[in-house]
Amino acid sequence: MIIVFCLGIESTAHTFSCSVVNEGGILSDVRSVYKASEGKGIHPREAAIHHADNSKKVLDTALNDARISIKDIDVIAYSKGPGLGPCLRVGAVIARALAVYYNKPLVPVNHAVAHLELGMMLTRANDPLALLISGGHCMILALSNNRWRVFGETLDITLGQLLDQFGREAGFASPCGAIIEELAERSHNYYTLPYSIKGNDVSYSGLLTAAKKALKSNRLEDICYSLQETAFSMLTEAVERALAFTEKRELLVVGGVAANKRLAYLLEQVCKLHDAKLFVVPTKFAGDCGAQIAWTGLLEYHAGISIKVEDATVIQSWRLDTVDIIWNRQTLLH
Amino acid sequence: MLIKRGAEAEIRLIDWYGKKAISKLRISKPYRNKILDESIRKHRTIHEAYMLHIAKNAGVSTPCIYFLDPINSEIIMEYIDGIIVKDMIDKDIELSREMGKIVGKLHKNDIIHGDLTTSNFLIKNDKLVLIDFGLSFKSKRIEDKAVDIRLVKEILSSAHVDIFEKALRLFLDGYNSVYEIDKILEKVKKIEMRGRYARVI
Ligand SMILES: Nc1ncnc2c1ncn2[C@@H]1O[C@H](COP(=O)(O)OP(=O)(O)O)[C@@H](O)[C@H]1O
Repeated sequence: MIIVFCLGIESTAHTFSCSVVNEGGILSDVRSVYKASEGKGIHPREAAIHHADNSKKVLDTALNDARISIKDIDVIAYSKGPGLGPCLRVGAVIARALAVYYNKPLVPVNHAVAHLELGMMLTRANDPLALLISGGHCMILALSNNRWRVFGETLDITLGQLLDQFGREAGFASPCGAIIEELAERSHNYYTLPYSIKGNDVSYSGLLTAAKKALKSNRLEDICYSLQETAFSMLTEAVERALAFTEKRELLVVGGVAANKRLAYLLEQVCKLHDAKLFVVPTKFAGDCGAQIAWTGLLEYHAGISIKVEDATVIQSWRLDTVDIIWNRQTLLH
Repeated sequence: MLIKRGAEAEIRLIDWYGKKAISKLRISKPYRNKILDESIRKHRTIHEAYMLHIAKNAGVSTPCIYFLDPINSEIIMEYIDGIIVKDMIDKDIELSREMGKIVGKLHKNDIIHGDLTTSNFLIKNDKLVLIDFGLSFKSKRIEDKAVDIRLVKEILSSAHVDIFEKALRLFLDGYNSVYEIDKILEKVKKIEMRGRYARVI
């Protein structure tokens, strides 16, 4: 097989990242992360300015780390969506410019699908039930008939949003997952919060409201602990239901929230109970990164997918279960 | 004999005074917070027994309860000697319509099942028996009924891809023949907009 070098550009939300991959794996992955101020959420336009300001440095470093010059790149992949419009557009503009100037094929990538593909590649999961937990996603999925099918999801906000919105109320800067986890470790006092599960689906909005309210008259540690226990137990139960229903023997966990140790522990226990093997994407590649885009772009390119520059737009709400998975990851993996 | 490890319970086939019966035991999950774990198991067990009974009164076929032990979170109930709709529906799509009629009947009586999957309908003598009422509750709210319908949609579109559209249509037909669906479907759309379709960070 000829070796193909793919440059991936990720810019859906907080992170601007570039990565170079080939069939042998990830050659480089460089990121710059926009930080919101304390108690504030991500501001799309500020994040986009951050991305634009840092793009040259990130791109140059990614190429340097991979010891390759842009001229020797074979394919350019970019995250087309879903994500924040202004952020997505920065990535698309850079991808288009490079593709035109250096005359390279351009491949659009769905950011959520890319989380799953990179997870499959790094963990070598084969036929998993997949849990995608990032800022914008909270879904339980499995592949069938060439699409990722949704077996469970949140009915309102995602787990990432729950943690961030609670954290902001407590005065932390988002993303807040890490600090909530740290505080939760210091407590074992469970304060009862609403536990809401519907089949394989969860609903977090009632929990968020109650946890914010409980902040006013309780120790912060106790509420962090109770919030995590409730939210994670709900998600774990939804996963357990989907595992029992689908009878899958593998669980793949991807997305930034996968880095939480308590959640990973709960999922590990559930897998044991159902004789399933747990695959958690390595923390380094759990969050948004160029490698997910580059790797998926490479898979797509081998399947003959590429678009004209004028069609290289962005789609802010591009559902992952509408993407046809027509590439063959097995042939690339071995 | 353990016949199935369900999502929250161990399902055993046992002998109950000379009769075959099912023991549904909600086992403790030591990895969960203890207070949460106990409250979930106890609450669901009591609730399931109660709602099985209410549904039966509404004319929906459900297993009879023989015994309830809230302390150990165990229910002993009638054994339904049949197979699950999940394993048959792809061959016999009309089962969808039957499921619809049953859910319509539940909703007409303001009973929300809360866990409508194709593995919770059993086929016995060509009739459907509905099980697993652990997440059930009484409600008149259209929102709650819509969440139930959405579950059916979700499971048909994920686990029964090849027949999804037709199966959903039959389900809704069956439902509508018992209980008016229009307002509920409108609400389903709204719920879908809220969740996966609305992608804001
Ligand atoms: N009364 C019953 N008769 C026969 N099989 C049953 C009965 N109850 C449960 N089962 C079997 O066990 C499985 C899991 O039962 P369920 O009540 O749904 O438990 P869980 O809530 O843990 O999923 C069902 O899909 C069915 O195959």
